[in-house]
Formats: sequence, C-alpha cells, structure tokens
Amino acid sequence: MRALECTPTLPGYALARVAGGTRGGPFTMLRLAHRPPPELPGEGWVRLRPTLAGICGSDLSALHGHASPYLGALASSPFVPGHEVVATVAASGDGRWRTGTRVVVEPLLSCTVRGVVPPCPRCAAGEPQGCESVAGDGLAAGLQSGYCSDTGGGWAGEMVAHHSQLHEVPAALDDRDAVMVEPLACALHAVLRNQPGGDARVLVIGAGTLGLLTIAALRQAARPRRVIAVAKHDGQRRLAGRLGADVVCAPDAMLRTVRFETGARLVEGRTVAPFLLGGADLTFECSGTAAGLQSAIGSTRAGGTVVMVGMPGRAAIDLAPAWHRELNVRGAYGYGIETSGGVDVEPPRRTFAIALEAAVALRPGRLVDEPQPLEEYQRALARAASAGSRGVVKVAFAPQGEGA
Amino acid sequence: MNRPGTVVEVGRSTPPILVHNGDSVVLQRFPVGTRVVYAPDPQTGLRDPDGAIRRALLNPLDSEPLPALLHAGMRLTIAVDDISLPLPPMRWPDTRARVLEAVLDLAADAGVEDVEIIIATSLHRRMTAAEVLHALGRRVFDAFWPDRLYNFDAEDPSALVEIGTTDHGEVVEISRRAATSDLLVYVNINLVAMDGGHKSVAVGLGSYRSLRHHHNVHTLRHTRSLMDPPRSALHSSCSRMGRLLEEHVKVFKIETTLNNDTFPAVLGFLNRREAEWTAKDRAMAKVVAQATATMPPAQARAVFHRTRAPYALTGVFAGATEPVHTRALESLYSQQVVPVRGQSDVLSVGIPYVGPYNVNSIMNPVLVSCMGLGYFFNMYRGMPLVRQGGVLIMTHPCREEFHPVHHPSYIDFYEQVLSETRDPERIEVEYEERFASDAWYRQLYRRSHAYHGVHPFYMWYWGAHALEHLGDVVVVGGDRNVCHRLGFRSASTLDDALEMATQTVGPNPSVTHLHCPPLFVCDVEPGGFETGVP
Repeated sequence: MRALECTPTLPGYALARVAGGTRGGPFTMLRLAHRPPPELPGEGWVRLRPTLAGICGSDLSALHGHASPYLGALASSPFVPGHEVVATVAASGDGRWRTGTRVVVEPLLSCTVRGVVPPCPRCAAGEPQGCESVAGDGLAAGLQSGYCSDTGGGWAGEMVAHHSQLHEVPAALDDRDAVMVEPLACALHAVLRNQPGGDARVLVIGAGTLGLLTIAALRQAARPRRVIAVAKHDGQRRLAGRLGADVVCAPDAMLRTVRFETGARLVEGRTVAPFLLGGADLTFECSGTAAGLQSAIGSTRAGGTVVMVGMPGRAAIDLAPAWHRELNVRGAYGYGIETSGGVDVEPPRRTFAIALEAAVALRPGRLVDEPQPLEEYQRALARAASAGSRGVVKVAFAPQGEGA
Repeated sequence: MNRPGTVVEVGRSTPPILVHNGDSVVLQRFPVGTRVVYAPDPQTGLRDPDGAIRRALLNPLDSEPLPALLHAGMRLTIAVDDISLPLPPMRWPDTRARVLEAVLDLAADAGVEDVEIIIATSLHRRMTAAEVLHALGRRVFDAFWPDRLYNFDAEDPSALVEIGTTDHGEVVEISRRAATSDLLVYVNINLVAMDGGHKSVAVGLGSYRSLRHHHNVHTLRHTRSLMDPPRSALHSSCSRMGRLLEEHVKVFKIETTLNNDTFPAVLGFLNRREAEWTAKDRAMAKVVAQATATMPPAQARAVFHRTRAPYALTGVFAGATEPVHTRALESLYSQQVVPVRGQSDVLSVGIPYVGPYNVNSIMNPVLVSCMGLGYFFNMYRGMPLVRQGGVLIMTHPCREEFHPVHHPSYIDFYEQVLSETRDPERIEVEYEERFASDAWYRQLYRRSHAYHGVHPFYMWYWGAHALEHLGDVVVVGGDRNVCHRLGFRSASTLDDALEMATQTVGPNPSVTHLHCPPLFVCDVEPGGFETGVP
C-alpha cells in the first residue's frame, strides 16, 4: 500500500528544523513509501481504508522538528502520521463492524486498545487521555494512532484500529464533516473540562482549526458572557466571528481589546512587553506557540485559568505573571469521557459521541479545503503550514486518491 | 486699522491656493468660481501689554479693583487656561504669564500668602512641567510648581465639591480649592468665540459629572454655532452653571484677546493671501510643501510643532464674568469676523497640523473629524457656510495614527466603538458611561498625560450638529479604511472629491473654501451666492 512514512533521525531532525521535514533528500523524515499494510495486532482489531485524513498542527510540528522531545519518546518509528481519520471498514476480524461502514477513529492508544489488563490507574479512572501505558505496553509506543509503528495512521491506504476506537459516522455528516470530528472533540474536551461561568469573559488565542472549533464549542456547550478571539489572518477573523466570537482582533490589538472588554489595566514598562492587570477570566491558548502562551498568562486575571489547547513545545516564557496571579495553568489533551456535562450535554459521555452530535449542528466540513492525494504531500503540507495566510483552515489527504 | 477679511472668487488667473494637509501643506487649484474666504489681517497689538493688563486689573468692569479684593489671610486661587490655548502655542512671553505676574504682584502687595494656581485642564491631559514652564514662565514656575501650581484633577473626589443644581437640573461640581476660596481669579486666552465667559470655570474646573450636562449630543446639536454663544445651548448651560457658582464664590475674570498673527516670519506665507505672495513666499511654500510631503510624518510633525506663534495682545478685560466676556467677544470679533453672503453646496477646509487636543501630539482620526465637523464647520454666525444636505470636503491624510500616551481612550473609541456605530446618540447611550468610568483611563488621566476616557466622545459629539446638517463628508488624501471607519469617503484629489460631491448636491456645485488658519469666523447672511462653475 502507499503510505507517508515518517522516520525520525537525528540528521533528519536537524534538517527539519532548518528546512522543514518534507523537502525530500537523503535525510528527509517523511517520504511516500510502498509498504505492506500493518498486521492486525489481535482480536477486536479492524482494518480500515482511510477516506480523509487531516493534517494537524501537531503533525506539522513533528515534521518541522519543533515538537517537544517529550513527545518523541512517546512515539515509535517508523510511523505513518494521521490521527484525524474518517475511514471505511475493510475487514473486521470478529465481525463486530460491517465492511464498508463509515467510521471516525478515536486515536487514543489507551489500555483498552492496548489490551493491558488490569488497566493503568488513569484508564481505570475513566481518563484514557492520561493513559500510563503509552510508552510501549501491549503495542509499540505511541500516544495515538498516527504515532505508533504497530497501528499505522491515516496518511496511508490502510491502517488498523481497535474496535473500541471506532465511531460510526451518521448519515447526516459527509466525509469532510467527519474528518473534523477529532479536532472538534479536542475543543469540546477543553471547554467541558474548563467550563466558564455565564458571566465569564473568555479569551481564545489562535484561530487555526483548534481555535475556531474552541470558539464553536464555547458557543455550543458553555455560552459565557463574552468570547474574545485573537486571529492572525483576515479569513480567520471572519470565521471566528461567524462561529460565535463576540469580539475578534488581530494579535497586535489583543491587549487593548481584552483590556477594553474586561476593564483591565494595561501596563507598559520599558523593559517588558505590555501586559494586563486584570483580564480574561478564562483563556484558551490554541496556537501552541510560546508567544501565545506568554500572551495568555499576561492577559488572564489573577485567579483565572489558562488552558493549553494547542500543543506546546519547548519555550522560553516568563512565568512570573502566572506565579503572581496565582493562575491555574492547565493542559487540555485529546478527549475521553466527559463527566462534567455542559449546556445540552448530559454526562458521562464519550467526547467523541458529543462531538459527532455537535458536528451535525455545526457542519465543520465547511472548514476543510479540497482534499489532496498522498502523492501531493509536499504541496499539501506546505499549504497546511501556511493555511491561515491562504484563507484555509483544514488541509486533508484523500489516501484512496482523488474522488475518494 | 487692519484690512478686513474678504471673500475672493477664484478666476482663471488665480494662483494655486495653499491648503493645510495635516503635517504638510499643498498648493491646490480650485475650480473657477470657488469662493475663498481669507482672514482679516492681524490687528496691531497693544503697545504696552503689561500696562494694559495693570490698568484692566485696577479699573475692572462691574467689580471692585483687584487690589480691593485682596487682603492678608485670604485664600486666593488663580486658574489659567491649559495647553489647548492658544494654537499654536505662542512665543514667549505667553499672555498667561504676563497676566499671572501682574495678579501675583498685587497679591504680594496685599500680603496674600495662601495662593494656589490651578491649570484648568478639565478633562484634558495634564500639562507637562516643560509646557507649564513655557506658558507661565520661570519665575512663577519656580515659586509655585508643583505644590501650589498644578494641573486640575477632575477625578480626585477629595478635590471636588458639589455647589448645587441649576434650575435646569444641571449639577455643578468643581474644584474644591476654587470653590472654597475667598477669591477665584480666572485668566483666559480667548482664541475663538467659543472660549471664555462662564464656560471657563464651569468647564475648566468642572468634573465629568458636571460636564455631561452640556457636553452631550442633544446640547451640541442645538449649539448653532459654537462660535456664536447667544445661539449655543452649550454656552447657555455653562452660563446657568456659572451664575449659580458665582452665588457661592467670588470670581474675578480676566479675558485676553490676541491678533491672528499665527505663524512666525519663516512661515509668514501661511499668514498671507497667495495673490500677494512675494517670490520668497512662493519659494518657501513650495519648499515646505515638498519637504513635509516627503519627510516621515513624525519628522514633519516635529517641525511644525516647534512653531511658536507671534500673537500680540489686542485686548485685556477684567472684572465680572459677563461684562468682561461681552467686551472680550467684541474685541475678538473685531479681529476675526468676515462677512459672507449665502451658503454654498460644498465647504472645503484644510485640516492643519494642530488643534486644541493635539498640541505636541498626534492629530488622530477622531480629532480630524472633530476639527472638520466640530470646529471649522462651526466657524459661523447666522447660518452654516454650507447648506443643509451639502458636502464638507476636508483635506488631511487621516492616517490610523494615535498618540499612545495622550489618547489611549481614543484608540479604543476608534477600534471598539466606531467599528460598531457612528451614531452619536447610540454611542452616548451605549458606550459613554463605560469609558468615563474605566479605571485604567482614569489612572492614565490622573497619573500620566492622557485625556480623560470620555474625551473622544466629546470630540464625536462636537461634530453632531454638522453630521445632522451635512449630506456627505469627503476627505481628500484620506486613508480609505480610516475614512470608512469615520463614515466619510476618501478621494485622491480635490477634483475627485468635487466629482463625488455632485452625487449629493448635484452638478456644478457652489464651493466655498476656508483659508484657515489664521482663524476667523464668518457672519453668514442669506442669499447672494450664485452657483459656481456654469
């Protein structure tokens, strides 16, 4: 089968940091390969043919050498990227899934998926996103499908997934809607785990896929008093407004806008970047950048919460504001089982189930660009890396080829 | 006697007209038939200004002489106009310094020790020490700054006192020090007819709570015009407040008038009519126009803001507020009035580099709007220079540029308010209170050098009458996006602007251009102006 295979090496990593990991050449980490499909690891596993597989910001970080080494230790090489996947069932060993069924993959490789018995404490507690078996128990290391050498990923003609990872796609959703279910689940998880009060002023930094979907999730599942969105590009600003942000501004206007919206005070020192005293009650940092996180902790009021939704990496950040303001700085990784509910969400439910329902109302497929064949991976990845400036939100591969 | 102001009709041989264009000037050809209104020539200044001041203090109008009001052990407060007057700042000695020294001499002679000087900033920014030094002089500055010479703080509750409420329900709240003094002496510079009278104390030393009774959309829509106090609702309100105030505190008013010798010799061509320019004037005009157009804006701004006006004192009047103001207005009008017959379809003005609220600062888009719609449109008595439904054409680059220290609330007003609505009434209802009570703006007003949070609202209201009257506003050379935000249209050239104006007022519009500064006010009488180009 054809697959985009990633083989991290030290020279490749060094080259990726300089020139990106997709330029070709002897040290390139990503190449289009012909390789045998992955074996079914055991009972309960299903063979899938990915129809669409999204390119996530975390994929780009890994390929460009910007991802944290921490995450490198939780992946196994070589791997086929692609964890935002809508696929059809090609074969189900135990017959649980009918061939041809359209599914989305919940890519967490938790104890249930890995066949680890008894499950780790986090999985036992219903928090599979915190699974402690991801370093290699049961299957090769990998936080998710798309980073594990045993399962493959969505950027290939075939991949395998455990039956517990699959969710049938309702007929109301087309493939483009379905490929957005995974990032939508991430956004919903972040919001449901950090629900703002009805009087809260919420700041969302970054308006790529995660930022835009977080805005939508806030409007759908929480409904705070005010959502302020920070978006770099014109197209992103328009979308942020359409998806429910009350106020949208460019990064260079963020401090003034948040100050105005929250009645905070702007402090401008000679040796420090401007910051606010006061600010948002709750901030979702969706850009995954150091600048975004620095802005987040400088724009959130004392006692407020900063949620890292975008995947951060190594960063030099002045944490003094977080210390001084006694901020609650939290991560929001993936999805799992939501126990806290939200507006129109009855707990406990799997985040993916909630996301599938939300997608029917939201129709996020409108944010997906024309899918690209695997052969065009360099162009597709370049397009994804500059999506915002091109007026694009989500770039996805069509691994079965054009017209798939 | 000085030569009066005049209206010149542009003919085929008329040279290009100098038009102010922010931090630059342009030489502009107007269509044949355009009326260009020129200011009267500067009156001759008083030969002995210090003597005239002393005589005014000793022979006041409807008041005992100042020395008779001064005695040992009394509490004396002297208030002076702030940096917004005159424009541009005048070269040394500033009139305020002359008057202040005379008053202080008399106070010293009378043995008055409890003297404080308050700069009547109202909701304007605090003046810097250097600006105070320039306006009031070294002697006063060294003796009083900063403990007994200071900027008024309209947001210090302990420094304010409520005097009462007028029969129109207007709360009068002013400086506690001024209100509780045995004598309040107020030193004015009346640059335009809007200045002086009861407005000085009621506004200059008033709080937001007090100002909101007259600085609002309703009042300013019924202020026709700002330069015609008897027909100004704003001035009527201030007068009611002032009269109430004077029931509680003795006010000795000193109003001064200046001639309109606005620009120093090196920029003398700006004071003169183009047809009378010398070869040197023509050369200087071209050099200044080209140099300032090619310089970075900040550099051009710095050049112009270094200008000091050679204004000369033409009148000084002291005593009771109302007779003093009447005489000051007579003096001012004798310098500034230009009779004009009939309204035109289009009024053209060049917005200069400086207005009352951007001395040593940047004229941001909101201030450009205020200058055009608030000030120049209002330079009339009788009826506006432009007919109902007519078009105002301003010339200004109208860049999205703000002074971050002086105008922080303007930035938010422009970004957050004008992006939502330009309707003054809606703005007043939905946003004013929030800006006025914003803790950050309050802090910057009190501790930094920022205009009060509500100030941009007043600038917008200042144009409310014009916005209601005009059919369109076009800005020649204005940044397209900025003009759109302000609700105006931008045009690349005057010809384009006039073409755009025809969409509103029809073909062959009559055009009047104000050749201003130097400042003047038009007495507009009905009829008389024929349509311009056939």
